[in-house]
Amino acid sequence: MEVPISFYLVLSGLVFLIGLVGVLIRRNIIIILLSIELMLNATNINFVAFSSYLGNLSGQVFVFFALTVAAAEVAVGLAIIIALYRHSASINIDDFRMLKW
Amino acid sequence: MEMVVFLYFAGVIVTTAGLVVALKNPVYSALALLVMFFHVAGLFVTLHAEFLAIIQVLVYAGAILVLYLFVVMLLNLKREEHFHHQWLVGLFLGFVLFAEAALLLLKGHATLGKTEAPAQLAQGNTESIGELLYSTYLFPFEVASLILLVAMVGAVILTKKGIMEVKS
Repeated sequence: MEVPISFYLVLSGLVFLIGLVGVLIRRNIIIILLSIELMLNATNINFVAFSSYLGNLSGQVFVFFALTVAAAEVAVGLAIIIALYRHSASINIDDFRMLKW
Repeated sequence: MEMVVFLYFAGVIVTTAGLVVALKNPVYSALALLVMFFHVAGLFVTLHAEFLAIIQVLVYAGAILVLYLFVVMLLNLKREEHFHHQWLVGLFLGFVLFAEAALLLLKGHATLGKTEAPAQLAQGNTESIGELLYSTYLFPFEVASLILLVAMVGAVILTKKGIMEVKS
């Protein structure tokens, strides 16, 4: 039985929302970065599903670029986490509010 | 059969994604994410994107997640006791977005059947992507390499001792 594309959309929407909720409710910065990875993967699923259903390979090329950006984001994000940990021996998001009022 | 395979992959992906957010120990979260990456790769294979499936396993599971695990082990964290105090707001926001998405899906007619059999089957998936990448998307490809270079330099500078320290 053929899988309709709306199933892929629902799946990617669910994963994106789980990632969004993770960013909003977790306080560990590492988990927040992992949740961002979840959201990027949700968009990747979307891209590949549409690329396959439309018979157009450009979607897969864009997933490739998204992967590149994700790798760069992880490298810089983890470097920032390490710098933060050196600065204040914590990676709890509640401890870093010096940019707030 | 396709439906059964899709439902298996989708179920595991959603479950492990929930575990990533719900588990308290960051190591377990990272391992749940690993399982999720493998199943996303499996989903890509069912969608005839074999090259991306391999890349997903190599880059995400092989490189990115190992980096995460290194940092988690390096920092030697204690586990986190509670969620953020805004967790009710976060859940509410997620629920509202989900309701919007569900409404849009229910109202619209989401019928996008297979238009035609993918024309790239004469060639392999990898060859087709390579040709597209080196002809139409050549400039973005080069920009992507620049992004990686900037990220590499940035990561080194951020973590090197003595550069970012506050002079006091």
